[in-house]
Amino acid sequence: MNIHEYQAKALFEKFGIAVPKGVPAKSAAEFDSALAQLPEGPTMVKSQIHAGGRGKGTFTDGFKGGVKFCKTKAEAKEIAGKMLNNTLVTLQTGPAGRKVQTVYFTVASDIKKEYYLAVLLDRATSRPVIVASTEGGVEIEKVAHETPEKITKIIIDPGYGVADFQVRQLISALGLTGAEAKNAAKLVQNLYRFFWETDASMVEINPLITTPAGEVLALDAKVSFDSNALYRHPEIVALRDLNEEDPKEIEASKYNLSYIALDGSIACLVNGAGLAMSTMDIIKHFGGNPANFLDVGGGASKDQVVAAFKIILGDPNVKGIFVNIFGGIMDCNVIAQGIVEAVKEVGLKLPLVVRLEGNNVAAGKKTLADSGLTIVSGDTMADAAQKIVKLVA
Amino acid sequence: MSILITPETKILIQGITGDFGGRHAKLSIDYGTQVVAGVTPGKGGQFFEHAGKKVPIFNSVKEAAVATGATVSAIFVPPPFAADAILECVEAELDLAVAITEGIPIKDMVRVKRVITGKKTRLIGPNCPGLVTPGTGEGSSGGCRIGIAPGYIHKKGHVGVVSRSGTLTYEAVYQLTTKGIGQSTSVGIGGDPVNGTSHLDVIKLFNEDPDTHGIILIGEIGGNAEVEAARWIKDNCKKPVAGFIAGATAPAGRRMGHAGAIVGGAEDTAAAKIAVFKECGIEVAATPSDMADALIRAAKAKGVTLS
Repeated sequence: MNIHEYQAKALFEKFGIAVPKGVPAKSAAEFDSALAQLPEGPTMVKSQIHAGGRGKGTFTDGFKGGVKFCKTKAEAKEIAGKMLNNTLVTLQTGPAGRKVQTVYFTVASDIKKEYYLAVLLDRATSRPVIVASTEGGVEIEKVAHETPEKITKIIIDPGYGVADFQVRQLISALGLTGAEAKNAAKLVQNLYRFFWETDASMVEINPLITTPAGEVLALDAKVSFDSNALYRHPEIVALRDLNEEDPKEIEASKYNLSYIALDGSIACLVNGAGLAMSTMDIIKHFGGNPANFLDVGGGASKDQVVAAFKIILGDPNVKGIFVNIFGGIMDCNVIAQGIVEAVKEVGLKLPLVVRLEGNNVAAGKKTLADSGLTIVSGDTMADAAQKIVKLVA
Repeated sequence: MSILITPETKILIQGITGDFGGRHAKLSIDYGTQVVAGVTPGKGGQFFEHAGKKVPIFNSVKEAAVATGATVSAIFVPPPFAADAILECVEAELDLAVAITEGIPIKDMVRVKRVITGKKTRLIGPNCPGLVTPGTGEGSSGGCRIGIAPGYIHKKGHVGVVSRSGTLTYEAVYQLTTKGIGQSTSVGIGGDPVNGTSHLDVIKLFNEDPDTHGIILIGEIGGNAEVEAARWIKDNCKKPVAGFIAGATAPAGRRMGHAGAIVGGAEDTAAAKIAVFKECGIEVAATPSDMADALIRAAKAKGVTLS
C-alpha cells in the first residue's frame, strides 16, 4: 500500500525524521488557513498523487510542472489553484494521468547539496538494506547503472538493528562532517526504526538535503507498506486513498481476486499467479495483447468467476476473453458450471476461449459444450492462446 | 530415489483442524502419504479421522515429533501465527518445514530467516504449493504429498521440477506426465520475496540425486534467484535443464499476485533472466506450453534418457 508524500512526512515527524515544515490542503477554501501556518517567503507547492516524476509532469490543460517553487505565499496560492482538481500526467501515471485532490505547501528550503537515502528489503540476503548516494534528486536506477561506485549499501542484521559503526560508514561515504554528520546519523537511525516498526516495504528520500545551516532534511518522501502486515497497523490503513487506486482493482479485492489492469484487448481469467502471468505472456507471444492480470486463486468459486467476468467486462478495451484454469484440486466441472452461469448472467457477446485442464476435465468440457453458448475450447495453453488472438484480430 | 521426501517420510500437519489444513490432510492421506500427527494448540488428545485412519493431534510440534517420529511438517496456520509455527519446527529439530500459508508479513519472514540460518531444519515456502514425490500406484499414489498440489497429475520417474508458482508447476508436471515422462520430485518454493529454500538449493539437491536425470526450472520476474541458479548450473550441473520465466509482459513496479513477482530494476525482468538462462546453456521454453518439450530437447542434445 502506498501513501502520499504529505502523509509520509507526517509519519516521519513522529519518528524524529526532519522535514521542511508543510501543510496539505484538499480544497481552495483551505489554502489560506494552510498557508497561514507557514512563514512568509519562498514556498513550494506540490501535487499529491501516488506517482513519481511530478516535477516534470504536465497537466492535461497544458499547465507544466506538478511541483513548483514560488517566491511568495500569494504566488503559491495562485499556483495551487491551478493544480488542485487538475489532472497531472507524468512518466509513471500513463497517458490518462491522475487527478490532484490534495496540494501540499512547504517551506522552500535552502539547498546546499542533494543526496539519496532509502531503506528496503535486500532479497539476496533476506535482510533490510540502507541505500545511500551522493547523487540525489536524480533517478537512483540511473546512478546504479552509470556510476555504481557512488552508491553505498549497508545490510542490516534484523536481530540487532542498525549498528552505530554502520551509520558512521554511511555518513563517511556521503562525505558529511560536523553538524551535518550528527544530524544525518540521527536521521538514518530514525528512518530505519520507521521502516522496521511500520512494516514498510520501502522508504525512499530523494532528495535528502543539507542546508547552509547544517540541517539534514527529507525534501521528498516515498513510502510503501507490506500489505500482508496491514492487519497490525490500523493507523496506516486509515491513510489509504482509494482515489489513487483503480476502481476495478478495488472491486476485485472484495472478492479476493488479484486484478491488475493493462492496456491490451484480451482479458484473462486464470487460477494462480504464475499461470496468470504466463497466460499474459503467451497471448503476447502469439501476437495479441493482454488487457489484464487476473488471478482467481486456488479455489475459484462460482461467485468469484461471476465477479471476475463483470470486472473484466467493465474494461471497454476488452474484445475477447481467455479463461485458463488448471483445476488441480478443484473440480473442472464446477468451474465450467461457474463459467456458464457467469456468461448467462452477464450476457456475454465477446468471443470466449476456455482452456480447462485437470480434475474431472471431461465433464467440464461437456458442460461447456452442452451449454448452448458459443464457447471455444482450447486443448493446451498454446492452442487456446492462438484461438483467442485470432478471434479478436 | 527422490529429494527431500520419500514415500516412507512421516509428516505432521500444523493446522490440521482448520478447513484448509484438514481438506489437504485428507487428500494427502488418500494419496498414501504417511500423515502421522496433527498439531493444534489446545486440541491435544483429539483425533483427525479420515478413511478409517485416526491421526492423533498434539498441542506442540515437539510432542508430536517425539510421539510419532514425524520428521517433516506441513504448515497451514493463518498468516499472523505462521512465523511462530515455523520456529516451532526449528526448535523441535524437524528435517523439513513446508509453509503453505500465503500472506505472512515480510518482516516476520526476515526474522524467521535469520533465526533458522545454520539450524537443522530446512524451510520450504512460505506461500508455496509444497512438494510431491510420486509413488508407483494408480495416479502416482503411494507417494508422499506435502501441501496442496494435485498428486494424481504426477508419475513416478526421473525429472525434477522446481518453481515459485503452484499452477505453473502443475502445468509442467502435467505436460511431462502426458508425454509419459515421470518425476522424481516436484518442489514449489513459493512466491514470496523471503523464502526458506531457493531455486539454487533445490537444483543442487536434484544435481546430487542419481535418480533425477533432468530438471525443469520455472521462475518469474523479481529478485535474482533464477540468475543465481542458472550461473551455478553453467559451472556445476551436467544434467539437462529446461527453464521458463513468467512475467515477460508484466508492467514494472506492479506486484503480480505473488509478493515477490515485481520488477524492480533492469536485472530482474523476464528478458534479463531469459538471456542469462540462454548464456548458461539452459534450454528456454518459448511459452509455458513448451516446458516439457524444452526439456526433451535439452535431454536429446545431451544424450540423456528422461524416462
